[in-house]
Amino acid sequence: MKEIEVNTTTINFGPQHPAAHGVLRLVVELDGEVVERAEPHIGLLHRGTEKLIEYKTYLQAVPYFDRLDYVSPMCQEHAFALATENLLKIEVPQRAKYIRVIFAEITRLLNHLLNIPAYAADIGAVTPFLWCFEEREKLLQFHEAVSGARFHAAYFRPGGVHQDMPEGMEDKLNDHFKNLPKFIDDLEELLTNNRILRQRSVDIGVISKKEAIEWGCTGPVLRSAGVAWDLRRSQPYDAYDKVDFEIPIGKKGDCFDRYLVRIEEMRQSISIIQQCLTQIKSGDISVIDNKITPPKRSEMKHSMESLIHHFKLFTEGYRVPEGQTYNAVEAPKGEFGVFLVSDGSSKPYRCKIRAPGFAHLQTLDFLSKGHLMADIAAILGSLDIVFGEIDR
Amino acid sequence: MIEDLKKNNQLSFIKDKKIFYEASFNKEDILKLFEELKKNELFSFDQLIDMTAIDYPSREKRFELIYILLSMKKNKRIVLKTSINENDSLESIIKIFKASDWYERECYDLFGIKFNSHPDLRRIMTDYNFEGFPLRKDFPLTGHTEVRYDDVEKKVVYEPVKLTQEYRDFDYTSPWEGMPDGIDEHKDQESS
Repeated sequence: MKEIEVNTTTINFGPQHPAAHGVLRLVVELDGEVVERAEPHIGLLHRGTEKLIEYKTYLQAVPYFDRLDYVSPMCQEHAFALATENLLKIEVPQRAKYIRVIFAEITRLLNHLLNIPAYAADIGAVTPFLWCFEEREKLLQFHEAVSGARFHAAYFRPGGVHQDMPEGMEDKLNDHFKNLPKFIDDLEELLTNNRILRQRSVDIGVISKKEAIEWGCTGPVLRSAGVAWDLRRSQPYDAYDKVDFEIPIGKKGDCFDRYLVRIEEMRQSISIIQQCLTQIKSGDISVIDNKITPPKRSEMKHSMESLIHHFKLFTEGYRVPEGQTYNAVEAPKGEFGVFLVSDGSSKPYRCKIRAPGFAHLQTLDFLSKGHLMADIAAILGSLDIVFGEIDR
Repeated sequence: MIEDLKKNNQLSFIKDKKIFYEASFNKEDILKLFEELKKNELFSFDQLIDMTAIDYPSREKRFELIYILLSMKKNKRIVLKTSINENDSLESIIKIFKASDWYERECYDLFGIKFNSHPDLRRIMTDYNFEGFPLRKDFPLTGHTEVRYDDVEKKVVYEPVKLTQEYRDFDYTSPWEGMPDGIDEHKDQESS
């Protein structure tokens, strides 16, 4: 019998590696420089969010959502707020819906403004990082203006948003988003036709329509494979049914398509924000029912009832009728869903978080098979992996 | 579509909850049912969005398993539920939905539910050599062990949890009825 020599090397990639986008440990089996198998070991950032939420009131659970995917915090609060509102059977006022859409889109821009340069940096371009971080800083000022925090906003709460936008904010937003498309043009000039970027990303990590659906891919990864599926369009929530936007799709489903889809999504986000700013009217920013949202500070100074409401809301919290629901939003990375189970008390009985990155990372082995070791960095970057949401 | 779902005798308690359908099934039917829901043109639930479990320690069948499927063609979701005992195992659906691989591993890791014929049922979220199933209701929030770096041994050591301050868990139960309507509905659901 002839002996067959097995010539594979197994190496450990991460958990501390700048191209691993966090604490990913990959066990890669290589034949020369060609990847035979890439097995992700996740859970190094597991903080037990779902367990912790079971011990907190609904309001106290909100900040945990900021800390899942920490580059797109508000979109995740959005899913939790929608799920809780669905169980409470309440409808938030119009103005709150528009504010939520505006800030969900700002969050999408923030996310893509981090992912695109990080991806470019993974495959050799440094300048976009510096450019995009400057733009991110400007957008984060809007976050700070409404919520007081740059990242961990806790701004979208069940029942509406925490507080109204400060005076003059709408004009500031209008001015800012007039100029932002110019920045995206500049960024594209630097990247889209860049030879190195194309060589490193075209035909790398190809996923077909059928496979993308099979693997549970959503968001830009699914759209880059050519499926025009966007929850903002197909299952609109809040004010998304009142704005007009286009869904960019790719042709091949490779890393380059995923990059292009994200660039175009940024343009669409700007257009959505501008439409919201023309449609938004003044009004309430949360439901007026003081059994769910706290009373105004000024009322508490003279109304005993308000004081009691305030005290009970921040100690016991509100009770949510028994039931189960699943609500999903189109987060920048894909479908972010919350499966919420209430037993009628003021704490969730079970809160399962559906993170888009979890499904995407699962495809890594399949996407990187047969590619070179260096392409793993490109594929990881193009999948937009953030460990906060994958490990939960 | 709900009429077509009702024709399927493997499903029971079918409800239309506007944003999704909800139905229960028997754990023996799992493979046949999922195959049918995926392949049949009437449904084409071809994407497994999520799966999870809920622990009800007081129930006879302790775990409720939840599968969430999405049909992009019909723009519909379905939440499928089944109940199993603590010692029961369930058939893996990895042959029908590839995406169920990690989801089943997660369920096994956090709840201790076993899936038959899953090729690689290892822990996924918790630490290497972790013991216990964290999302079960009888698992304490603080866990059983804590880690620290030992200067003498020059390595990370595991020790039983020692809390310098007790976990603060207040009981706020009071006659204050937050949602009177909700509590009525709660009774309705129990009777049905």
